[in-house]
Amino acid sequence: MIRSNRAFLARMLLSSLLRRRSRLLVALLGVALGAAVLLGLVTLCYDIPRQMSREFRSYGANMVFVKKGGAGRLQAEDLRKVEAALSKDAVVGLSPFRYESVRSRMLPYTAVGAVFADAQKTSPYWRINGEYPRNDSEILIGEDVSAATGLGVGSPMPIDGRNSSAERYEREMTISGVVATGGVEDGFVFMNLSAMEDMTGETGALDLIEGSLALGGEDLAAAAADLRAALPEIDARLVARVTSPEERVLSKLAALVYLVTAVVLSLTMICVATTMMTVVIERRREIGLKKALGAGAGRVAGEFLAEGLILGVAGGLLGSLGGLIFARLVSQSVFGRPLDWEFHLVPLTILVSALVTVLASLIPVSRAAEAEPALVLRGE
Amino acid sequence: MSNLMEIENVSKIYGPLKALSGVTLSVPQGQWLAVMGPSGSGKSTLMNIIGCLDTPSSGEVFLDGVRLSELSPGELTAIRREAVGLIFQQFHLISHLTALENVMAAQFYHSMVDEREASEALEGVGLAERAGHLPSQLSGGEQQRVCIARALINHPKLILADEPTGNLDELNEKLVMDILHKLHREGATIVVVTHAPEVAAHAGRVIVLEHGRLVSDSVGEAPSGGAGEGEGEGADDPKADFSEADGEAAVLNRPGEEGLEKNTDFSPEEIRARS
Ligand SMILES: Nc1ncnc2c1ncn2[C@@H]1O[C@H](COP(=O)(O)OP(=O)(O)O)[C@@H](O)[C@H]1O
Ligand SMILES: [Mg+2]
Repeated sequence: MIRSNRAFLARMLLSSLLRRRSRLLVALLGVALGAAVLLGLVTLCYDIPRQMSREFRSYGANMVFVKKGGAGRLQAEDLRKVEAALSKDAVVGLSPFRYESVRSRMLPYTAVGAVFADAQKTSPYWRINGEYPRNDSEILIGEDVSAATGLGVGSPMPIDGRNSSAERYEREMTISGVVATGGVEDGFVFMNLSAMEDMTGETGALDLIEGSLALGGEDLAAAAADLRAALPEIDARLVARVTSPEERVLSKLAALVYLVTAVVLSLTMICVATTMMTVVIERRREIGLKKALGAGAGRVAGEFLAEGLILGVAGGLLGSLGGLIFARLVSQSVFGRPLDWEFHLVPLTILVSALVTVLASLIPVSRAAEAEPALVLRGE
Repeated sequence: MSNLMEIENVSKIYGPLKALSGVTLSVPQGQWLAVMGPSGSGKSTLMNIIGCLDTPSSGEVFLDGVRLSELSPGELTAIRREAVGLIFQQFHLISHLTALENVMAAQFYHSMVDEREASEALEGVGLAERAGHLPSQLSGGEQQRVCIARALINHPKLILADEPTGNLDELNEKLVMDILHKLHREGATIVVVTHAPEVAAHAGRVIVLEHGRLVSDSVGEAPSGGAGEGEGEGADDPKADFSEADGEAAVLNRPGEEGLEKNTDFSPEEIRARS
């Protein structure tokens, strides 16, 4: 038993939607698809920066550690302290470096002692022709060194120098590879840290630790500040070189996602508007009839918009579920990691699709509501 | 007898076509008027103008003393809602609503829904068991009766029926005419557009349109209680209905106008010949 006008209106709207199911389904699908792509993209947009900073970290160190005040050297235990002070999840790699001045065939070089397994994590962009040193008698030379000396992979290269006690040392080394970075590294000679310690007779000393951390922007700065507070004798500095291009790429990516979102929204809008146009044409008689029964243009338009609203909400709900699953699948297949369910985006998506549906219905509906009932109901 | 409706020199022009030209007509309260004429003669156009579904290109229409040309679209809608019950040839029903809901839709747009009253209205047209059916599940005659129940639900003063029996078989035609008779007895003013002389025969007055002009206006006997009822009173013989004009109620419109016949001796044969 229907007792109130409101109950009748609800009944009328629902039966209009439910008893014309095929038409409803098409429109619903359109809205749902739009909502799904929208939510999927926004979710990815939310998540991509997080994913990307993990990926981008592979483009090098974003923090370096040196001895405070530049006086003296870091020690091997400082590396362990830094490692302990950082959260394990955030650390992609920590790579110690030690610098020594050496000579080879009378020419001076900067020799770098490194743990290559770690260096590959913080500096994966090094392009190596040949191999990283596999033992303490192999060295890696920079591209510029190779060009200046004419030495290449497999060539012998004697290294000599004096240690801190002014005692002379000399080693016969073999070049295992040539490194090209486009940076200062191209002028250096690299060897295992253990080879350098053995050669100089001085162990435990370090000049620099490079850190590659899976943190972005503010989080990275906060981590550096925490470290400085926890380890007063160590200076943690951010390295701009790697972080800024990363952010540029990210902001470009975000702009792209926004663009695609705008395109998808307008496509949805066009889809809904054309569907509504068809619906309204199909239902011209009904509109004319309602007007003949005494409904004003506003009332007729209101009812159609209400149908649009129901459609928008239902489509938004359906699409949200689809979008969440879509985003998760994309994240899983592209980044190899499932994504958090961003449920708080669901109400927003529903709101947007309801808004888009109503907006898209406005023009066709208002035009239909203006129609003269006499034209629609004419006998022939 | 006061005039429920006054039409003064009304024309309706569609581009080069004059669908109505200079029609003047007054319809007293409680009259049953039949409008006849060939297809395209402007009958529906006239009905739409009377029913406030359309506005004339020139001329004036008064409904219950109100000059329609002075009203806004919203006020026209209100008059339509309050005063007019419409019955169409195509039984315009809302396809996704049941018979009962279709009747209730008229209540909804008029004022307040009242399911009991709507059910009673359906019962009144013999469709009590069909209340829950969709239009597609009803026969043509049943659909038309739903339309009638809907037209009556708000107790309109004026019932406009545009070829209400045009698509109906004899039985349903009789049912519909019986309902119209009942309404007429209850005091409604009825305007029926029809091609069929036997339908026109129920009316107390018949006008004929041709090319948008009023060419004939004849007043017969006041309609009797119902089609086929009252045997021996002459109601069965259509000719009898029109053989004598009720001189008092005869309203001749625009007497000097060319082409207008002063037809007080109207016969169904003649009507048939015209349409
Ligand atoms: N909206 C319109 N636009 C153009 N011509 C119309 C329109 N409505 C009616 N007509 C024309 O006006 C004339 C009268 O139409 P109508 O009143 O429907 O005739 P009837 O109901 O007597 O058959 C016809 O020639 C018809 O084609
Ligand atoms: Mg007609």
